[in-house]
Amino acid sequence: MAEIKSHIGTQNKKGQTYTDAWEMMHEAPRNPSFYTGSEVIKEALRRASCDVMIAYPITPQSEAAALIGELFAEGYIGDYFRGESEFAVMSQCAGAAFGGARVFTTTAGPGTMRAMENFPMWAGARLPIQMIVTCRGINSPLSIQPDTIEISYLLNTGMLVWHAETAQDFFDWILKGFMVSEEPEVHLPLALCCDGFFVTHTKDVVNLTPADMCLPPYDPYRSPVPCMDMECPPVRMMRDPFIMKSNYISYATHASWQQEIWAAVERSRKHTIKWINGLIDTENTDAEVVIVASGTAVSQGREAIRLLEDEGVRCGLVKVKSLRPWPGEEIREATKNAKHIFVPEFNVTGWLAKEIKATIPNSERVHAGPHVCGGMTMPPEIIASEIKAALGLRSESLAGRGS
Amino acid sequence: MIKKRLNIRMSGLGGQGAVTAAHVMAMAANRDGKFSISNPFFGAEKRMAPAESYCRIGIERIYDRGELVFPDVIEVFHPQVITMGKSYTMPFYSGVKEGGVVIINSAQPLLSEEDINRLKDLNVALFYIAGTELAIEVAGTELSTNMSMIGSVAGITKCVSMEALDGALQERFGKKFVASGGTASLDEAIKKKFAKKEMLLAKNLATVKRAYEIASEWADKNKVELRVGNPAVAA
Repeated sequence: MAEIKSHIGTQNKKGQTYTDAWEMMHEAPRNPSFYTGSEVIKEALRRASCDVMIAYPITPQSEAAALIGELFAEGYIGDYFRGESEFAVMSQCAGAAFGGARVFTTTAGPGTMRAMENFPMWAGARLPIQMIVTCRGINSPLSIQPDTIEISYLLNTGMLVWHAETAQDFFDWILKGFMVSEEPEVHLPLALCCDGFFVTHTKDVVNLTPADMCLPPYDPYRSPVPCMDMECPPVRMMRDPFIMKSNYISYATHASWQQEIWAAVERSRKHTIKWINGLIDTENTDAEVVIVASGTAVSQGREAIRLLEDEGVRCGLVKVKSLRPWPGEEIREATKNAKHIFVPEFNVTGWLAKEIKATIPNSERVHAGPHVCGGMTMPPEIIASEIKAALGLRSESLAGRGS
Repeated sequence: MIKKRLNIRMSGLGGQGAVTAAHVMAMAANRDGKFSISNPFFGAEKRMAPAESYCRIGIERIYDRGELVFPDVIEVFHPQVITMGKSYTMPFYSGVKEGGVVIINSAQPLLSEEDINRLKDLNVALFYIAGTELAIEVAGTELSTNMSMIGSVAGITKCVSMEALDGALQERFGKKFVASGGTASLDEAIKKKFAKKEMLLAKNLATVKRAYEIASEWADKNKVELRVGNPAVAA
């Protein structure tokens, strides 16, 4: 039977007060702190009433995984252990979530790829696990520096996928992410991504909520599917399993359930908009030139806009916060005045530009780039110079690294 | 020259504390009320392999992150960065901005005539400091080399105050240890270690101060001025 007594206002064993999540995130006082992104992940988890964290160290998320271990030692995490590989970790996360726990884990790059099989399984099983993805290169030659290509592999798993720009986004979205994920009509896993190193290893000012407030605990009875029921979708492993397609019911379950997962992603839209204040942020989108980006590319875009301003070129900005659900309508509206749309990306294939081209009318307006990959940095000067080149403006030649 | 933003690139070798140096500088700038961001860049962690860190200090919010491709100040923590090409760039100063400063930890000059001329063309000032020798002399350990490098850049640019550096060092090396105090039986052991830590803090700070004085004196003598501030107000 569902719990009828609210936890709000009561205390946990560490003396933190379970606080209404909206009040905690929007009304509680904030304390500015100068932290690395990894430390910020720890501080968010301190306030997340997390039941289970399962860790496997892979750079650049290793520090966060280790710091959450410290948090467990301090008594803030219900249970914490290390899996034998990323694949094992993600499978163990599923087990813990099936059992009714609020589950958190972290991964990066090759680790994400190794565990990939589990992500559509999480989504199909409607497990609201939160996974931090501190992006890094995945291909050979290997790199531990940020490259966002792994995000493109997550886009069709049925998970919610958000891309944080800063450590502040990270702190807020970890806590808000649980609220969106755990809505009964959503109840999907969230891949909360950032560019490794540029967020995890960077020290920046982050405004934290009070440490004596924490999220209300997860209530597994709000799950839209029964916990570990072997007879009902999505599990039903034991008798006449769906994989056999042995009768009409099992066939029809497949047909409907795949659609239901994506319908749940759609239903997350209104909750995501409410919690992270829209799927995109916009600035000066009446300009002829607009940069559309996600993650650290947004930050580099902001600096490029400053450089362009100094030279009299006005440029707008669209920060894509949520990739799933995809802000198609919002991007169409924000780019309707733009003659040139630049999509700087930290990956070689330009997956964000492709998504945008598939979304907007007159897609020849999209300049896919500049791109850096394999852990390279994207200097704002390069973005500014590419924009100026497209506008037919003269640009100083840039003698940077490798030239 | 007064700039809205001072971009500092620290090129060192794994184990020298270049990452810590950038973090301490950024923490100090933050304490001074300036905007700052620091981040490291390295491959799989390995002693003596190239390791870089970057510290950006400014008077407005800083978004830029990652490698500093166009720095104002370059600090070389180890001669091998130059002599053995242990740098993410060849030459190590590529991308340096006009009017910038190169600070090299070495007791003797390392640059070729060609390098010196190229830096001169860019109006880049060149400062050598025997930072490791200074660390051994003042702190009694070469592990404090990064403190010499912090003092050097602070002395030349005055981008952070000595008071803020003191606070940042305490925060980085002192605080967590105190916070971990537990049961009464552990208190005694922690006190002993804390005494040691306090000593290390004092010696590190002394190294920073000495390097600051040397660098400051050099900058005054050679009329090298590179500050963070509002150029509009200064003009």
